[in-house]
Formats: sequence, C-alpha cells, structure tokens
Amino acid sequence: MPTDPGHDPTTDAGTSGAQPRVRFEDVRKKFGRTTVLEDLNFTVERGERVTLIGPSGSGKTTILRLLMTLEKLTGGYIWVDGDPLTHDRRDGKRVELRAKQVAEVRKRIGMVFQQFNLFPNMSVVQNITEAPVHVLGQTPDQARDHALDLLDKVGLRHRADAHPMELSGGQQQRVAIARALAMDPEILLLDEVTSALDPELVGDVLAVLKDVAASTDITMLIVTHEMQFARDVSDRVMMFDGGRVLEEAPPEEIFSNPRHERTQKFLEAVV
Amino acid sequence: MFETELFLEALPILVVAFLKVTLVVTVASSLLAAVLGLVWAIALRELPGPLARPLAFVLDFIRMTPLPVHLLVIYYAFTGLSPMTVGILVFGVHYSTYMAESYRAGIESIRKGQWEAAKALSLPQSRTWRAVILPQAVRNTLPSLGNWAIAMFKDTPFLIFISVPEMVTRAREFGGQNFSYIEAMSLAGLLFLLASYPTAVLMQKLEKKLAY
Amino acid sequence: MVEFLTDLGTALPRLLAEGLRDTLLSFLGGAVLMVLVAVVLGVSMHQGSRWLRVVARVVVEFFRGTSLVVQLFFLFYVLPSLTGMDSLGGTWTAILALGLNYGAYGAEVVRGSLNAVPAGQWETATALSMPWQTKMRRVIWPQAWALMLPGFNNLMVMLVKGTAVVGLVLLNDLTFESEQVRREVGTWPAFLAALLIYFVIAWSVSLVLRRLEARAQRRLGLGDFEVRKARQDADQVMAGAAAPGGSTGTR
Repeated sequence: MPTDPGHDPTTDAGTSGAQPRVRFEDVRKKFGRTTVLEDLNFTVERGERVTLIGPSGSGKTTILRLLMTLEKLTGGYIWVDGDPLTHDRRDGKRVELRAKQVAEVRKRIGMVFQQFNLFPNMSVVQNITEAPVHVLGQTPDQARDHALDLLDKVGLRHRADAHPMELSGGQQQRVAIARALAMDPEILLLDEVTSALDPELVGDVLAVLKDVAASTDITMLIVTHEMQFARDVSDRVMMFDGGRVLEEAPPEEIFSNPRHERTQKFLEAVV
Repeated sequence: MFETELFLEALPILVVAFLKVTLVVTVASSLLAAVLGLVWAIALRELPGPLARPLAFVLDFIRMTPLPVHLLVIYYAFTGLSPMTVGILVFGVHYSTYMAESYRAGIESIRKGQWEAAKALSLPQSRTWRAVILPQAVRNTLPSLGNWAIAMFKDTPFLIFISVPEMVTRAREFGGQNFSYIEAMSLAGLLFLLASYPTAVLMQKLEKKLAY
Repeated sequence: MVEFLTDLGTALPRLLAEGLRDTLLSFLGGAVLMVLVAVVLGVSMHQGSRWLRVVARVVVEFFRGTSLVVQLFFLFYVLPSLTGMDSLGGTWTAILALGLNYGAYGAEVVRGSLNAVPAGQWETATALSMPWQTKMRRVIWPQAWALMLPGFNNLMVMLVKGTAVVGLVLLNDLTFESEQVRREVGTWPAFLAALLIYFVIAWSVSLVLRRLEARAQRRLGLGDFEVRKARQDADQVMAGAAAPGGSTGTR
C-alpha cells in the first residue's frame, strides 16, 4: 500500500495533461559490444515512486544514469514531461539535441549517488548552495537560508560549516540528499544510496528519504537493495533482468506474490 | 627557403654524430646512472644518519643545479679527460641522482612483510637485498629508469657547452656554413622525435605490463 | 682554503651583479608561459572535442620530443628567416623556448590531475546542472589544482636548471658569466658560486610551491593516499608519451 494516499499518481496528473513525467521509448544502450538495455519502454507518472530491482548488471543503474545524461543513449528516446531529453524525433528522424537544450530539461532532474560525491573543496553548506547560486541564480543569502532549512530536515544543521570529510558516511549522504533537493527537482534519482554505508548508518538515511517521500510530490526513481524501504515508499516495483523489464507490480503484490520464477529467486536471495 | 639538397647533405653528417656521440653518451651514461643510482638508494637506507644525511644533501644539490655547469666545471677541472668522457661521467652522475629517487620509490613500494619474512628466516641483510628486495624493486623501477634515460637523451645537446661534436652542435655548424639553418635544425629535431617518441611509448607499455 | 674562500667571495657578487638578471628573467618569463601553455594544452587534451584533443596531443609530443636546445636554436636561427621578421632577441627566444618546452610537460601534469579528480565529482556537477565553466571553475579545478602542484614543483626546478642554456642565444646568464669569472678566480670558485646561486633559486621556488601544495591539500582535506599518488606521479613529470595517468575519469 502506498505510504501517502495523497500521492495517488492517477489523480495527480498535473498541468500539462496526459504526458507522463518520464517516458523511455525503445531505449537501447551498449557499452562497447555489450548490450545493456534493449528496446526498453516504460513510463513513470507524475509523483510516482518507482523502485527498480534486479540482479547486478541488469541495467538498473544505467537507466538512472541515462536519465541524468551521465551516459549517452545508443538508440531510442527519453521524454521528460513530453520534452525530449537528449534526442528528438523530427520528420521521423532521430536528432541529437544541443547541449543547451539538454541542460534546460536536465535541471528538472536531481540525483543522489552511491558514493555521496560531496565536493571536498567546499563546506557542507557550500555544497548545498553552490548550484542554486551558480546555476539557478539565487542570491547567496536566499540559497543559504534554503540550505539551512534543508539541513534541518536531514538533521544536520549543526554541521553546516563542517568539512565534508569530517562527517560519517551516513551524514555525508544526508548532505548529498539535501544538496539534490536544493535544486527543487521534479524528478529525484536515488542510485543505491545506502550501499556504501555501514549497516548502522543506513537507518538514518532511509528515514530522511521516507520523510522526503511523504512530504513532497517529487517523482522518484529508486535503485536499491533495501526491500523494506522499497515496500514502504514505492507505488510500483519493476523487476529487471538482462536489460528487460521482467515484471512490474505494486510492491505488496510483487513481494508477496511474484509471478516470475526469476523474480522469486532474486527476492529470496536479497531478503 | 627549405632546400631539399641541403637537407640531404646534412643527413649523413647528423646521423653519424647521432650514432657516434648522442647515442654512445646516452647508453653509457644511462648504464652508469642506473648502477650509481642503485648504490645511492641502498646507501641512503643502510648508512647511519651522520653519513646518510650529507649524502642526501649532495644528491639533492646535484639534482637541483644545472647540468651544463656540471659539465663546465668537470671539463675545466680535469683537463686530462677527453670531453666525451667528461660528458659520460657528468650525465651519468647527474641522472643517477634522479634514478636513486626512482629506486627509492621502488624499494618503498615493497611491503614491510617482505623484510619481516626475510628476518624471520634469518637471511643476512646482503642476501635479503639481493634475493628478496632488489628483484622486486628493480622490476617496479625499470619503466621509471627508462623514462629518465629518455630525458637524458634529450639533454645530450648540452654537450655543446664543452664542444663535444654531438648532433645539434653539428647542425648549428652546418647551418652557419651554408647560411641556412632550417634544414639541419629540422632534421635534428626530427631525429630526436623519431628516437624518443617510440621509446617513450615502449616504456609506457612496459610500465603497464609490469604493473601487476 | 682561505684563498678558495676569497675567490668564492669575489665570484659570488660578480655573478649576482652580472649574471643573475638574465637567469631570473628567463626563469620568470618561462614560468609564466609554462603555466599558461600547460593549462591551455592540458585542459584541451582532457576536455576538448576530438580534433582539439588530437591537435593538443600532437603539439605536446612535438615539444617534448624534439629537445629544448633544438627548439631554442630553431627559434633563434630559423624563425627569422621563416617569417621574414627580425630576430625575437635572446630574451624572448629564451622565454619562448623554455615556456613551450616545459609547458608541454606541464600539460601532461594538468591532464593527469584532471583525470585524477574522481568521476563522481564530474558526474555530480553534471547532475546539479552546472554549465561547463562553473563545473570547471568551482568544482574540478580546485581539486585538480592540489593534485598538480607536486608536478609543477618538479617542473619549476627543472625550469630553473633549464635556464642554463640561454647563454647559447647570447644572454649573459649565470652560466655564461661563471665562465668569464673563471678566468680570474679559477674553475672551482667560479662554478661553485654559480651552482650555489642556482641551488638557492631552485630551493626557494620549491619551498614556495610546497607551501602552496600544503595549503591546497589542507583545504581539500586530501587523504594520504591521494597526496602520495600525486607525489609519485610528480616524479615522472619528465617521462615521455602520456605518462602519469590517474585511475578514473570521465569528461
């Protein structure tokens, strides 16, 4: 059952009509000769929380990285609110967009990484204000106020002026979450955000994310091995294998009653 | 402007100078530097502090001062030596101070466990160096030594300071005699590039190959 | 011994008065040009479009591969006839040759340092929608800078030593003057005086760069591992053909 009924994606269609928030259309991705994704099609609705699960190498992380434009599409299209992300179709032809156009759409998307990736040359609060000031053009004061609010939310306001290296992994990851939220993204990508953490630090990070999920209507794509977390926050779980969607269903359904044998095996292995 | 005839005329002169001087000095000095460098590296580790510290200072001093001046001082101070010998000695000693650093890094990269294992077997110190440490260290150090040899090769025109007729000296002479420098100088640069670039690529390959 | 010291005492002020100027001029001019060339070529090799990368790589390999003295003579003897213009004069020739030659080595230091900034840093800057200039100026460069200082330190010392060739294009530098002074005070005092001055210059330059290095690394809170890696790469600055790598990196 979804944690927040106010987020039923079917009633949350937003302004631009029927366009889904994210649409992958015939997406192909190869690394060298290895095909990671083959003719992948799926959509994510506004406000929806989708968790991608599957064995490693099944292409889950690649999907997030493609959406963040960290990898180049080999074929197909990605649409965000109906706008092309990196490639557009014009007169039936596939055209690569200019960097400027890509940048405009990319601003709607934020990402939190497995390895936190805080900037070591900046304090905690500077990490958070950097992009709002230099990308969105907020005033430093504005950005700082917002950053402190966000730090409050992740329980780290008292470490605002600390150096990232002085923080524990869990604290660093919470700062990274605040940093992504400071850009007011419409879509948030969470790439195995607890995988690099010691077990005792995982809880705090997940609590912060649950809070974000409950208090905002940000669309989320989540790659995680924390099945309880997936159950708690997702509206839908997609099981990947070999670059294809094996099955998808609401979490309670897929976890209690997987249709595919491979899904069953995978869930037995990780839970 | 660029006269092919002069270029072809310069070719044998420069190639001969290249083979008879540049190459000879590079090879002889590299060998000398490789041996001396190893001696310095071991001495710095094994000598007691009061001896090691002055040695370290002398090596630093040589490394941080210009090679042309070293050439001049030895050239004038030991008039009995042929300029070519002075060149080989000075290049060898100068670059041995760099190679000592390479050896040091190679020796330091060997895990402490190797020294301890040798001690646990009661191997004498000299045997530990010869049978355990050096074979591993030299392997790690080889590409770096090769790179210093290439650097030395490109420094051989410094021999002009003590009038050894190496390639660039010859090129300048040739240019002066024919009132046109472009042919001989281009050729000298080309020969340097042709010799150093493939060697450098080779060293890089060697480094990758020895890396594991 | 006393006589030796007196001779040294005669040689030192003479060299300082007559040779120091051209040596320092060549060094300072060469250093400025070196850093400029290193940054432009290094960033081009790492961030440029495919053809720009190729061009930068060719320029770097050309200047690293053809030997400083050849370049010096080429600029001095060949360039005027090639362009039909007057000679650049000894000072500019020296600065140009030193800056281009050592700058080519420096380009490899810059490229290697950019490459050593972890891929996650580049990706996060992209994920925060930073334009290239912002990404470079605010996130990547401050980190790469700390990693390139050890390499630049070694190159600066090389450059100080490299200035000893400028006498070949008729500058009256320390090396040239020490040969003159030798006639009065003898071989050892004359050259030892020159070596001492060179050593002090190189040592001071190195000291300044080590200070900068310590400051930059403290600011980043760099771990021992990164610092040691940067130092190791720095010892290979003179290595040929694209030597110091760095583990990961994307564009």
